[in-house]
Amino acid sequence: MIPELGHFSLILALCMAVVLAVFPLIGSLNNTPGWVALAKPAALAQFCFTALSFACLVNAFLANDFSVAYVAENGNTLLPTLYKISAVWGAHEGSLLLWALILTGWTTAVAIFTRNLPPVTLARVLSVMGIISIGFLSFLLFTSNPFARVYPAPLEGGDLNPLLQDPGLAIHPPMLYMGYVGMSVAFSFAIAALIGGKLDATWARWSRPWTTVAWVFLTIGITLGSWWAYNELGWGGWWFWDPVENASFMPWLAATALIHSLAVTEKRGAFKRWTVLLSLLAFSLSLLGTFLVRSGVLTSVHSFAADPARGLFILVFLSIVIGGSLLLYAWRAPDVNSGGRFDMLSRETLLLGNNVLLVAITAFVLLGTLAPLIYDAMGWGKISVGFPWFTTMFVIFTPFMVFLMGMGPLTRWKHQDPAQLARTLRIAFVISIAAGVVAALPILHGGSWQAGLAVALSVWLLASLLLSLRQRHRHNVGVANIWKSFRMRGGGSYYGMIIAHLGVVVFIIGVTFATQFTQQEDVRMSPGQTYELAGYSFRFDGAKPVPGPNYRADRASFLVTRDNREVATLHPEKRTYTVQTKPMTESGIDVGLFRDLYVSLGESLGNGDWSVRLYYKPFVRWIWLGGIMIAIGGLCAALDRRYRIAVSKRVVAPEPSRVKAPGKKANA
Amino acid sequence: MTPKRKQRLLLIAAMVIGVGVAAGFALKAFNQNLMFFYTPTKVMAGEAPTGRLIRVGGLVTKGSLKRQADGLTVHFDITDYAHTMTVQYTGILPDLFREGQGIVAHGKLQQDGSFVADEVLAKHDEKYMPPEVADALKTAHREGAKTTAAGTD
Repeated sequence: MIPELGHFSLILALCMAVVLAVFPLIGSLNNTPGWVALAKPAALAQFCFTALSFACLVNAFLANDFSVAYVAENGNTLLPTLYKISAVWGAHEGSLLLWALILTGWTTAVAIFTRNLPPVTLARVLSVMGIISIGFLSFLLFTSNPFARVYPAPLEGGDLNPLLQDPGLAIHPPMLYMGYVGMSVAFSFAIAALIGGKLDATWARWSRPWTTVAWVFLTIGITLGSWWAYNELGWGGWWFWDPVENASFMPWLAATALIHSLAVTEKRGAFKRWTVLLSLLAFSLSLLGTFLVRSGVLTSVHSFAADPARGLFILVFLSIVIGGSLLLYAWRAPDVNSGGRFDMLSRETLLLGNNVLLVAITAFVLLGTLAPLIYDAMGWGKISVGFPWFTTMFVIFTPFMVFLMGMGPLTRWKHQDPAQLARTLRIAFVISIAAGVVAALPILHGGSWQAGLAVALSVWLLASLLLSLRQRHRHNVGVANIWKSFRMRGGGSYYGMIIAHLGVVVFIIGVTFATQFTQQEDVRMSPGQTYELAGYSFRFDGAKPVPGPNYRADRASFLVTRDNREVATLHPEKRTYTVQTKPMTESGIDVGLFRDLYVSLGESLGNGDWSVRLYYKPFVRWIWLGGIMIAIGGLCAALDRRYRIAVSKRVVAPEPSRVKAPGKKANA
Repeated sequence: MTPKRKQRLLLIAAMVIGVGVAAGFALKAFNQNLMFFYTPTKVMAGEAPTGRLIRVGGLVTKGSLKRQADGLTVHFDITDYAHTMTVQYTGILPDLFREGQGIVAHGKLQQDGSFVADEVLAKHDEKYMPPEVADALKTAHREGAKTTAAGTD
């Protein structure tokens, strides 16, 4: 009964989405306030019905209702409660339902939290989100119904993929989807602005906090995914340039370009068309990412064709969204004036340069991700694009980007005197080159030019950020003053930028050192045997079987010592999950700020011997630390007081130019 | 305005050239890093290049897995039922590696015809096999059927 309730509720949500997509939009075009006013209640109702539907599916998992096909495939009575809930988004149908839930959630959030927006604009934004929602809800209902029954109901479920039974991966998809779907807000704002023909600084100001919040979620989601891969895949990798990872990374790159371009549009009124285009791009890539991962097209072009209904739906939906928005852009964008002028050396130029580089990287990641599909579809052979290519590409583009990043905060808007900038940055340049050379010399770690480059870039960025802070606090030093200036209008944005860019410094160091100086050894070890790696000695104390809730495991014990002092005892496991009979490698990791020690069990080789992989991974934590700092920086920027102060001001005294906007009266 | 416009043109030209050069490097690297997939049949027919990273795939022949004394270097055969080739690998095999299971190996074909893998992938569960391998088996089967048909004619 409850699954039917969920199904029915989902149908009602679709009806609400249709109402939301049609009436407010038409009402906004022909001045019908009654229709415009429908936007908020429709958005709320849509969210409530989708949430009810989602709750029904969660209930089916908790109640082990195996008469529901989706639960029978992915649930199990033995699953711990946390994984019963995360199993809801463990496969295709449920993750799409989560997508829809988050989309309607964002729609409701926009409806509630943007009181200062003229009702007409708000109605348009919500309508566009309603259109996207129609696409997803009908995809769910017509091709991937999570509530479909199976008869006769099996006695036990097929269990959640053991790889997904990890707390990190339980929250990874919701975070990632919050980011993906959050891009729909930026997209809808851009479309609404195109429909209204009013692309101005206010539009950028409305769109900016939403876009930044979505980007923060995307950053957290990707960081979590990388951390999960490191912990759970068992082989010490933290990024594989796997198509599934690229699918989340491309929207992130586009969104990073977008938040920087939005800054220019808000502050200087420039780059309007470019910002709109990036808004469309970021969401299109999010959609593409969702479908690449969810349609099965990645495992093979043929599996895509194996389920023609889903495949066709995806293609049609993608082309409507991308094609439609680009058409609208082509129609309305030429009317937009180009806005603020700027000189060759100005912050605008530097941000433009960064945007170009980010988009170039996005394009290459897209090429590398889609090339195997294109080759296969064209019959040119089966290829895969090697890991080194993606890495090479990053090593080509990133240094330029970091160089510009260092200059950006110290450069004025509109016009900057080159001689003055050179004077300011002289010290930073010299120090960074010196640090880079020292780091590249063979005295440390046997020398590595990559490490030298990374150190030079990090020091360059760090020094320029410090210089920028000094410029800001030339006359008011002290922690209290920094706090005061943080609370000022624009303070959150500025310090958010500082924190996020410091995160980039940390990330660069982490990535480079972890890849350059990792030491790895695959060895055969007998109980009692000791192996030396990077100054640590690992003693294997044998493995013995231990039972788990829904698996059996061989649990080994390693005593790690350095200079005869105990450092850690590690317990890597080899698990076999009872339902899916899949073996899983559970690594044993000793976490440290400057190095991780990582042990994985290979296979039992008889006589108590095991093949073992030992890792010494320096600075690997910095990769995720950098990601977290970038996210915190974004959060600070999104919470900037200026977005809220501007709100109250506008409500008190609307600027005369904005009063004539239709529907404004209703707001005042 | 003209000098300013000239300046901006210069800037754009510099950017285009910069990105163009970088793109050139990236595309060159792209070509070098394309890893083509070969079936054992194609490898045996000499179609696969030596000394370049390629991927091969097939089913691991039952009973073919041999371990060296160090316990880490292994040899095993993979087959598409038409032809069989030997793969050598040093390191820890993936969790899902099993005889009779479909795998894909990355590595280089040596001058003497042996294949040395630097990575062995068996990501897929027991029900499914890597799509390349499934295709390879299908092709080999079809061609096998053709030759037998031709033989009986």
